[in-house]
Amino acid sequence: MIFGKSILSIFKLIKKKEVSGKEVGDYFLKRIEKYNSKINAYLTVNDDYKTGRIYKSDKNRIKLPIAVKDNFCTKGIRTTASSRVLQDFIPPYESTVTKRLIDAGFFILGKTNMDAWAHGSSTETSDFGATKNPWNLSRSAGGSSGGSAAAVSSYLAPVAIGSETAGSIRQPSAWSGVIGLKPTYGRVSRYGLIAMGSSLDCPGPITLTTEDAAFILKIIAGNDKFDATTVKNDVPDYNLSLKKKNKFVIGVTDEYLNGVNQEIQNSFDVLIKLLKKLGHKIKKIKLLSPKYSISVYTIIQRAEVSSNLSRFDGIRYGNDRTYFGSEAKRRIMLGTYVLSYGYYDAYYKKAQKVRTLIIEDFKKVFKEVDMILAPTTPVTALKLGEFEKYPFFGEMMDVLNEPAAIAGLCAINFPFGLAKRDKLPIGLQLMGRWFEEENILNLTYQIEKETDFLGVIKKGISNYPD
Amino acid sequence: MNDYKPVIGLEIHIELRTKSKMFCRCPAFYFKKEPNTHVCPVCLGLPGALPVPNQKAIEWTILIGKALNCQINRFSRFDRKHYFYPDLPKGYQISQYDHPIARQGKLEIINPKSQIKKIIRIRRVHLEEDTGKLIHSKNATLIDFNRCGVPLVEIVTEPDFDNSDDVKVFLEELQVIIRYLGVSDADMEKGTMRMEPNISIISQKLKVKSQKLNKILPNYKVEVKNINSFRFVKQAIDYEIKRQVGILKAGKTPTQETRGFDAEKQITYPQRTKEEAADYRYFPEPDIPPLVFTQEYLDSLHLPELPSKKINRYIFDLGIRFEDAFILTRDKKMAEYFEKICQKLKVKSQKLQLKIENLTQIVANFIVNKKISTDLSVDEFINKVIEKLKPKEVDEKLLIKAIDEVLKNNKKAVEDYKKGKINAIMFLVGQVMKEMNGKAEAKMVREEIERKINR
Repeated sequence: MIFGKSILSIFKLIKKKEVSGKEVGDYFLKRIEKYNSKINAYLTVNDDYKTGRIYKSDKNRIKLPIAVKDNFCTKGIRTTASSRVLQDFIPPYESTVTKRLIDAGFFILGKTNMDAWAHGSSTETSDFGATKNPWNLSRSAGGSSGGSAAAVSSYLAPVAIGSETAGSIRQPSAWSGVIGLKPTYGRVSRYGLIAMGSSLDCPGPITLTTEDAAFILKIIAGNDKFDATTVKNDVPDYNLSLKKKNKFVIGVTDEYLNGVNQEIQNSFDVLIKLLKKLGHKIKKIKLLSPKYSISVYTIIQRAEVSSNLSRFDGIRYGNDRTYFGSEAKRRIMLGTYVLSYGYYDAYYKKAQKVRTLIIEDFKKVFKEVDMILAPTTPVTALKLGEFEKYPFFGEMMDVLNEPAAIAGLCAINFPFGLAKRDKLPIGLQLMGRWFEEENILNLTYQIEKETDFLGVIKKGISNYPD
Repeated sequence: MNDYKPVIGLEIHIELRTKSKMFCRCPAFYFKKEPNTHVCPVCLGLPGALPVPNQKAIEWTILIGKALNCQINRFSRFDRKHYFYPDLPKGYQISQYDHPIARQGKLEIINPKSQIKKIIRIRRVHLEEDTGKLIHSKNATLIDFNRCGVPLVEIVTEPDFDNSDDVKVFLEELQVIIRYLGVSDADMEKGTMRMEPNISIISQKLKVKSQKLNKILPNYKVEVKNINSFRFVKQAIDYEIKRQVGILKAGKTPTQETRGFDAEKQITYPQRTKEEAADYRYFPEPDIPPLVFTQEYLDSLHLPELPSKKINRYIFDLGIRFEDAFILTRDKKMAEYFEKICQKLKVKSQKLQLKIENLTQIVANFIVNKKISTDLSVDEFINKVIEKLKPKEVDEKLLIKAIDEVLKNNKKAVEDYKKGKINAIMFLVGQVMKEMNGKAEAKMVREEIERKINR
């Protein structure tokens, strides 16, 4: 009865009393027990759920299960950011995102695997082993929110929370064949999210349906008195606006197709035809090459990483700095270098100037179009182990994600067919104007209604029967 | 010594007494509190915690900037200053680097003894957070984070001082201003006001050769830390000047370093050598949007009447001597007390038809010379003033008797006076006043004595 259902459908079942919250929880726990050892999506399963302790105090409260990436501080639940530096860290406080979910009736099933400190695009930098792609266990689920994406695509959770600095929601969602929404920077509070690149980090949902993404965003979005970078803009009812049959002007650019695998380009072309058929206008645009975003992103993110990780100085949290993995060490060194006296102007300051240019570039384009359509990744999921060969692997895989991250735009990945060659999901993305999540969700919903994402999501789940 | 001129600049830290800390809601008051009770994820620097700036602290820093005649930057921002120390839980301090809240100010100081005025330029005023406190015991060092994140204002002067007296005067004036603003108790001993002088010596011979006389600075400087009273500031500076001149006279250059001050021995001692400036890897704090102030906002922040203005008003409007005006304005409460008394007394004296010239100077004198206790309420104080100023009713018979008695018992003084020693009469007046227990008017007593002797 529950299998494959979206979180909104489960919510309805519970409200109609067709199932209880406890039954739903037990159902997912059973599935986690059955499949997690294969996939390694979860690092920690919430004990309270297992023992049913949560129902003792509050029997009537609806408990909707959700998986949360392990870089969100969860009060009383171990939070490691997949690093052994924090392997025994149990936060004494709740992140704003998880607090808002709990207040809305959610319960955290468990904490999902990721690249250590979110440094990576494959979860292979996790100190607790990589997450396997549910579509093919020899492949990567992507990263850094790989555990969350894999948990949803194998239905070990009906919905999950990820975080994105540049691609960490969209890329694993693309490779695992699910929906991943990166909200506008400042739309969702970062309070309690273990910082990676502070000027870039965005929490967001990974889901099976567009409606679920809208539902979760509505809960977690909005101004937070604990995060000075959140905006005061009203949070619209995203689910309500999904139903409108809006017509959009959609920008496409060759810059985002360079080096993209042919099968992914084919999917892209199919979608464009469909969008035209649905009455949307496709417009060719010119954007700065994403290669500039890679340089800017690399400098700014490394600088912020080196600063953010300096609090793990070996005095607190139990484990000292030798517990940092090699990727974190590399980033700390590079970040320290670009912020050093005499190099700051040449690197960091210059990067910030180019960042401004990239933002201006998008502003110009968004006068002509409502959103931009592009592939999410240049290739489908790579084999585990291929990443080690390239020190800048993440940047290469995230090349199509970094411009929107640098500019702080909202963007959404949705699956659109399987590659014939490797039978792996193809992900496409829509990038929208700042704080116009409504539009990209609306169009994704139209695509979903029209095509069911070419059956990808259902096919993925069907590989993991009860 | 005349060949050597000290060049001294100051770095002063003022801890603001806001209700909550700089970037979180913990109480900012930590003095004598149980260690680690005023802490939260933010001030402990826990993973994921974010700073949200305290609006009041920003406002107060702007006020300090205004009081020091600074230019207030319409655009300001916080930066991260990185260094490792156990009392700094984030590995960086949130401070301000190239966009401080205020800069380019000046403060006029008046030496209360010499009444010589000097202008000290202020380089910048910025806002940052305080660190935790290390408590060293025998076998362990403990950390108390109660102070961590308390708002701290840093004031940096230009190297405009050339002697320790001016430094002391400046610090005292600054302390008075800060207390007038009500933004800190600025107490050196409690550590809510801390200061580090930078001291170096320039050889005058060198200066003469230079075209740009005032722009030449020595190629080294010595910073002195751990000074917790104004008296020690003076001692430390004087010691440093002597020490550095000694080195220069020997043909050497003093080492650029940070030194500590030993209050018992009244000497400074080396702490650490600063060969090059530490690399703090400053960069803009991404967790806090830049501060952008509108002119309307800045204009809406009003300064109270500051002591220097008060002094001028007291002198020119109230006719008070500089010395008294200076003392009266050292404490805002005292100044307000004085002003209230003057106001009320003005009204009352008209009613009582007291015709006394310069009533305000008399009141000032009563306060400054502690002739009437300032613990009294304003009205009680006024009553005492009136009592003192009322013409005394004298028992004439008693007075005449007293004068006769004194003249009889002090024949030598009477003779002296007759010989032309005018001063002798003052002695006689004093004796009579003593007999009368002060219940007589000196002027009247003198006239009576003169009349009797000359008769």
